[in-house]
Amino acid sequence: MKSVEPALAEDTALEAKPSAGGNPVWLVLKERRSALLGLFIVAFFVLLALVGPTLAPYSPTVPSGPVYAPPSAQHLLGTDGSGVDVLSEMMYGGRTSLIVGFAAALVAMIVGGGIGLTAGYAGGGTDVALMRITDYFLVIPDLVLMIVVATVFGPSLSHVILVIGLLLWTTTARIVRAQVKSVRERVYVRRARSLGASHRRIVFQHILPQVAPLLIATTVLTIAYAIFDESALAFLGVGVPGVSWGTMLEHAFERTAMTEGAWWAFVPPGLAIGLVVVGCYLMGQAIEDALNPRLRVAHLSIHSWRIRRRPTADLEPVEGTA
Amino acid sequence: MSLLAVEDLHVWFDLPHGGRLHAVQGVDFGVDAGERLGLVGESGCGKTTALLALMGLLPPSAEVDGRVVVDGQEILRGGEDSMRPRRWTDVAMIFQGAMNAFNPVKTVGAQIVEPMEFHGIASGSEAKTRAGELLNLVGIPPAAAERYPHEFSGGMRQRAAIAMALACDPKVLLADEPTTALDVMVQAQILQLLVSLTHDLGLAVILVTHDLPLVTQVCDRAVVMYAGRIAEAGPVDTLFHDPRHPYTRLLFEATPDLTGDVEVVSIPGAPPRLDRELVGCPFEPRCDRAFDPCKVTTPALIPVAANHRAACHLNDDRAAVS
Amino acid sequence: MSAVVGERLLDVHDLVVRYPIRRGLLGAIRREPRRHVSAVDGVSLSVGPGEMLAVVGESGCGKTSTAQAILRMVESESGTIEVQGRDVTHLGASDLRPIRRSMQMVYQDPYESLDPRFRVRRAIEEPMVIHGIGGSAAARERLVLEALERVDLSPPDLFVDRYPHELSGGQRQRVAIAASLVLDPKLLLADEPVSMLDVSVRAGILTLLDRLRREGDMGVLMITHDLSTAAHFADRIAVMYLGRIVEEGPARQVIRDPLHPYTKALLSVVPKRDPRDRSEPQILRGETPNPIDLPSGCRFHPRCPVAEDRCRTIDPELHAPGDGGGEHRAACVLV
Repeated sequence: MKSVEPALAEDTALEAKPSAGGNPVWLVLKERRSALLGLFIVAFFVLLALVGPTLAPYSPTVPSGPVYAPPSAQHLLGTDGSGVDVLSEMMYGGRTSLIVGFAAALVAMIVGGGIGLTAGYAGGGTDVALMRITDYFLVIPDLVLMIVVATVFGPSLSHVILVIGLLLWTTTARIVRAQVKSVRERVYVRRARSLGASHRRIVFQHILPQVAPLLIATTVLTIAYAIFDESALAFLGVGVPGVSWGTMLEHAFERTAMTEGAWWAFVPPGLAIGLVVVGCYLMGQAIEDALNPRLRVAHLSIHSWRIRRRPTADLEPVEGTA
Repeated sequence: MSLLAVEDLHVWFDLPHGGRLHAVQGVDFGVDAGERLGLVGESGCGKTTALLALMGLLPPSAEVDGRVVVDGQEILRGGEDSMRPRRWTDVAMIFQGAMNAFNPVKTVGAQIVEPMEFHGIASGSEAKTRAGELLNLVGIPPAAAERYPHEFSGGMRQRAAIAMALACDPKVLLADEPTTALDVMVQAQILQLLVSLTHDLGLAVILVTHDLPLVTQVCDRAVVMYAGRIAEAGPVDTLFHDPRHPYTRLLFEATPDLTGDVEVVSIPGAPPRLDRELVGCPFEPRCDRAFDPCKVTTPALIPVAANHRAACHLNDDRAAVS
Repeated sequence: MSAVVGERLLDVHDLVVRYPIRRGLLGAIRREPRRHVSAVDGVSLSVGPGEMLAVVGESGCGKTSTAQAILRMVESESGTIEVQGRDVTHLGASDLRPIRRSMQMVYQDPYESLDPRFRVRRAIEEPMVIHGIGGSAAARERLVLEALERVDLSPPDLFVDRYPHELSGGQRQRVAIAASLVLDPKLLLADEPVSMLDVSVRAGILTLLDRLRREGDMGVLMITHDLSTAAHFADRIAVMYLGRIVEEGPARQVIRDPLHPYTKALLSVVPKRDPRDRSEPQILRGETPNPIDLPSGCRFHPRCPVAEDRCRTIDPELHAPGDGGGEHRAACVLV
């Protein structure tokens, strides 16, 4: 009897996918320019929020100059309607906006991920019940509920985080559930079950790692929504007390910065919110794209295969082929 | 001159991470009206790629060289422009898994009519009548045209897929693993249908499969491909009883037979990667008859008997001795 | 008869597996009776030490459901499953664990049956971890390497640190088999173990299973649609049609001298290697009917080329021809 396909078969990489070894999220960031740009933007603002307050030239609450002073050497971004330095406000305010954004997204990830995982893995009645609840949350008009809750419970950092987080988990839950349902039916999961592996083991060893990249992608997208929601709440006056990009916009709006022509009072916070949202969106989208090859439609592109150009042969008379 | 002739066909793919894969490396074969040709080999040997090149259906990452002559006319070198009018009307293809590629919300009849209208072969009630005739031809009652794909069994869907490929009255039918997902009994029915189509319509059929017995039972001639090249080509009877390439012999030896008497032996190792230049015979590392020249020079595909070609140095040797 | 009489590894008696069909809301409101598909309808089979039984049939014949029921992945409606003489049909989860150790499954698709994130080492270690065996990490590592050697992946060092995507289909299937072997099973259930693999490596996997059962006295229940494979490697063959075994016997006799018209037809359509051996296939019309509406009498009679009137009413049992003492039995009134 002949021995079979031993060490020789090392040359079999023909069918191997190019690189599935490392962390897919990292690979995506490495390969996609847009994702890298997103990461750069978000990292910049995170860094600003971390070290900004120590660098801020003035207090973010106490006036340090005249009202609506245009950008100058003393006030690089001018002052706002109360004479507070805009740059200092930006640096302090970023902290609040980003903390709310990240923390609310984390809440959404834990709640949505947990519910999605439970529903998808348990299936049956549990699945139906949990998804029905998710549907109810999905149809509630977000902003209205946020305003109501924030007004009733009073505005505080933790309340705002919870309110936003508890409204944004639905998408995560649905996406995670769908993925878990498909992974659960994979043969290697069935195999582990037939071996007698515990549910805990199956969920944490086999299912969660497979769902994690998707969970990260949706969470990154959720950060964008959360930051946006925080600004909206602040703009409506029911946000986190203290300085945030949202309250800066609210103040600028209230104190007629627009009619005063004091663009420096509202452009920087508006731009910062926009940039962070776009940054998160770029990253999340890129990760999602990479995870879902069906979104890539190379084969349907209008370009077709090419015929090899023959440098000289075509010019010479073609010899008759027998 | 054959009805369809392929001459020196090459296909390269640009790899996403740089580099190129030489998937088809100078293949030539022809098929006559009413003839059935088998294209066999392990997965990754380039047989499906060669078919897609004949159909002009390769993705944008592909570059093609060579000649494809149908009815005396070269159709490849004009690129997509010269291919488009020929596709389905001259050369049609049944894709692997075609039976699962029907649109679930359209009736089978409507989907057979589509390519006819597309190519201006027939329209309206004429096309409908023709769809009924085609279904009848493949052994489905014409009335079933009004039914939806899910109402068809697997075997019926595969018949319908064949009817669809025949919609524009092609001269050559390419069938890529047309029976892989089917049960043996249904497989026998489909093969019987393909045989009768060559008799009744004078259709030329190219059957791509990894299953050698299918080819020996159904085809007149076969081309054995390995690593993007032709290893051996000839009448199926000669290939089985007098193989002149060890790969052909080993492939037969690896296939179990009902008699159960002969030991079945797998071929050690795996096909080589095609993204680098190969030195010597591509089969040399797995060959049980390899000798010195095989490591150095790539054997040319030479005639070893009438209608019988093989690319193996063992034949040089025999020629030298005799 | 084989030398090893005494204890059978697996004994299945009159196994019935039924799946309910969804009624839909309207059906539920109308209180229509719940309908069932009888996937397995009274199957009895047994596997002894060192023996390979091939269960052959077309899709939908119930062969996979039979294996699933034996593994207790689906519950059986009635019948008994005995593993090494012990009735496991109704064992609870905790009593089942040691039984699960002695029965291992090899799945059809080697691309799916290994967790893509687990290296070979971890994939083979996992069953030991689940069952709390193998001792220290170093001892387990040794067992992993040994298992790789047993499935001809040598030198094992070359393979332990690889991910599944770095292996060929045949190698993956070998790793999956190695992961079963570390539990030292008495019975291996192989569900179409080579149908997803390239022709060139199929023989290797089958030869490996063949060697393992001979060396280790392990019983193998192989599910396949391929009669040629069964003919080559199995000791006995059971042919299933619509949830029933219609013919059973020593492989050679079933292949050379089939009794049941269904087996005869199946054998006639298996493509032969030799082009000169183009016998006229006996192609049955239509496809296997839906197991929801089973035909009356013999369930094969609507497609049977030699059916008689009595076949519509008589539901034949498996029996041996003549005096009835033989090992080769078929469920047909004409036998």
